[in-house]
Formats: sequence, structure tokens, C-alpha cells
Amino acid sequence: MAWTWFHRLASPPHVYALASRLTPWFAWAAAALIVAGLYGGLVLAPPDYQQGDDFRIIYVHAPSAWMSLMVYVTMAVAAAVGLIWRMKVAHAAAASCAAIGASFTIAALATGSLWGRKMWGTYWEWDPRLVSELILLFLFLGYMALRSAIDDLQRADRASALLAVVGVVNVPIIHYSVLWWNSLHQAPSVMKLGKPEMPAAMLVPLLIMLAAFTLLFVYLLLVRLRGEILRRERTASWIREALADE
Amino acid sequence: MSTSALAAARLILARDLRLALRKRGQFVQPLAFFAIVTTLFPLSISPELARLREIASGVLWVAALLASLLALEFLFRDDAHDGTLEQFALSGQSLTWLVFAKTTAHWLLTGVPLALMAPLAGMALGVPYAALPGIIVPIALGTLVLSLIGAIGAALTLGVRRSGVLLTLLTLPLAMPVLIFGAQATDLAIRGVSFAAPLYLLSAMAVLGVTLAPLAASAAVRISLE
Repeated sequence: MAWTWFHRLASPPHVYALASRLTPWFAWAAAALIVAGLYGGLVLAPPDYQQGDDFRIIYVHAPSAWMSLMVYVTMAVAAAVGLIWRMKVAHAAAASCAAIGASFTIAALATGSLWGRKMWGTYWEWDPRLVSELILLFLFLGYMALRSAIDDLQRADRASALLAVVGVVNVPIIHYSVLWWNSLHQAPSVMKLGKPEMPAAMLVPLLIMLAAFTLLFVYLLLVRLRGEILRRERTASWIREALADE
Repeated sequence: MSTSALAAARLILARDLRLALRKRGQFVQPLAFFAIVTTLFPLSISPELARLREIASGVLWVAALLASLLALEFLFRDDAHDGTLEQFALSGQSLTWLVFAKTTAHWLLTGVPLALMAPLAGMALGVPYAALPGIIVPIALGTLVLSLIGAIGAALTLGVRRSGVLLTLLTLPLAMPVLIFGAQATDLAIRGVSFAAPLYLLSAMAVLGVTLAPLAASAAVRISLE
């Protein structure tokens, strides 16, 4: 059957074993790409003609911002799978995503603010992209708060899953309203980086860093997912066997 | 058994309005809250009408947003406490329609009074008479969207301890587009320019909210009742 792999993903022991096997691969791949990307971005790429070396923060900022959104979408997809097929592992995956996503969002905000200090002269500017990022952080925090407020695990799973799905429908609406809000109030911001005219020596390390952060996310997700499964299945008998093997 | 979904929804709407008329205190609270919050701004910024007019749209919208959030806690609470909500879920009627009826009643009892009261606060903040429709219409529409979005949050936080703060944390980020376009519409009206564009966007959100939010809210009610 073509769908067996999907059905097997519903079984916690199977997913736990799979995650344990995959974790080192993703860890090494992410580490190698981060080293390559940082070397390319910090050493090989030429300084920007306007911003000098300051632009190099993009190699952390852009991948973090990209991941923050990607993690939210992943979380919502996992949550929807959990809601629709009542799959416990999917709920565990969604729960594991939240803290990782919030961390990427905070990283994007912090690096954006540091970059803004150099470019705009202030740590915080009401730039539409920064504001959408901030609202995304609030969405992650709301999800985590709801999850921690409900004691019953099943109810917490389903309620937070619904919130994630509602949130993901709203993310594009929020993003565009913030964009239009700002365009009517002030001139577009100074930052015009990241446009296609970027030379290859700058662009290639950025793409490497994007791939590296994606792998890093998968690695972190697998680690957290294993912990989440252990916590949820702590009374199951397969846990003892699995832990004895390690 | 033969009652249609629409008839059942109408019955619930009538019931909620009648209940509210018997317990007036609960629905005066948001209005009093709105009045107090708008009074805080002249006291904390400046009594000069020229300065207040600059910030009037923001003040009115933030106060209306918070006031309507304050009332959201009551939306399902009493019915969940005495088991009525459970009976609704078991009744065989479409829970989506019933939740929609309750949300509509909530909007009629908080959003519409807020929209009607906002011009008074607006005039106190130096808004010209000609701009008053630019306060009433966007706030009436905006609070409708807020009630719809907030119903999801209110249903999700049913039975949670100290749900008020949590409800605010869940609902406010989702409500930001409403605030952005609503405040923009009112601001344009105060400046004496046409506020049609943000009003269209607000109406689009209302349409989207009416079609999608009750589905999510009824699913949330079912999750909370499980």
C-alpha cells in the first residue's frame, strides 16, 4: 500500500525510532552547511558598496525570519493533521514546533533590530516587516499560553491545534494589512537588500544559510519530538525497551 | 425536531437578547469601560483639542477594541456553566448556526452600543460633526469582526482558570488588521477625506469572518465540551 508510511507515522514507537535514527544526520548536515554558509558570507562575500560589512548580518537575519514563518506553517499543518486524523504524534510535533518557532522569531527580531541600529540609527523602527514579525511572535506566545493553560493533554492538543489553524489563515491577512498600514503612513524603508540584483558571491552563501537553518529546524524538531513522545508515553511499555537499546 | 437551523438560530438570538435585558449590568460594563478609557487620554496627554484630534481615531479604536474584548468573556461563560451549551451541542441542530446567533447577539449588545456611544467620546476629543459617520460605521463593522474572531478565543478558553488575560493574548494579534483599517477609516474621516477604501477592506474582513469564524468557533466549543 502506498499509504503505509503515513499510517506508520501515527505510531509513537515507530516515530521515536525514526527520529532517533535521523537526528545525527540532520545535526551533521546542518552543522556543515552553517560552517560553509558562514565562511562564504563572512569571508568570501565582498563588502556591500553602501553598507560595508554591516550587511553581513543578513546571513543570520534573513534565514531566521524565513524560518519563523516556515515553522508556523509547519506547526499549523501538523496541528491540522492531528485534528483531522486524530493523530497523537502530529499533535506532539505541533507542540514541539512552538518553542523553536518563537526562538527563530526572537532571533529575527534581535538581528533586525541590531541591523536597524546601523542602518536607521535606532534599535526599533516601525518597519512593516519587523511589525509582522512581532505579531508572529505574539501568535506563537498565544499558542504556548493556551497550551499551558489547559491541564488535560488531549484538550490542550485539540484547542491549540485549532488556534494554530485559525492563526495560519490570518497570517497573510495580518502581513498585508501591516504592509498597507505602513505604506500610507511613511515612505518605504531604506532597506532594499535581498532584491534579485544581489551578486552571486553574496547570494550563494545566503541560500546555503537558508538550507542550513531548515536542516537545523528539522534537527531541533526531531530532538524535541523525541522528548515530547517520551513525556506523553512515559507509562507505555515500549519506552523501557527503546531506552534499554540506547 | 422540525425546527430549521435558521429558525433555531433566530430563537437563540431572541433568547440571548431577552436574557441581556434582564441582566443589564453585564452589558453596561463595557460601555462604562469605554467611557473611562477615553477619559484617561486627555488627562494623561493634554486637554488641547488640536492635539487630541490628532490621536482621536487611535484612542477610540483601542478603547473600543479593549471594551469589546472585555465583554467577550461573557459570551459562552454562563451557558457553559449551567449546561445550556452542552444541550445546544447535543440538540442535533447545527452548532455553527447557534454559535453564529450567539455571536450576533453579542455584537448587537456590545458592538452596536459602542459604535453609537463612540461619537460622544469623539466629540469630546475634538472630532468635527462631519466626521461622525466615519466613527459609527467603521466601529460597528469592526466590532462585528472582533466578536466573530473573539468567539473562537472565548470558546477555546472555556473552563480555563483566569481566562481573561489568556483570551486577550489569543485574540489581540488576530484583531490587528481590524484595528489598522478601522483606525485608518476614522482617521481619514477626521481629516475630511473619503474613508471608503479602508471601509471596503473592513467589510471584506467582515464577510470573511461571517463565513469562516462561526465554523471555527463551533469546532472550538465542541473541543471545550469534550
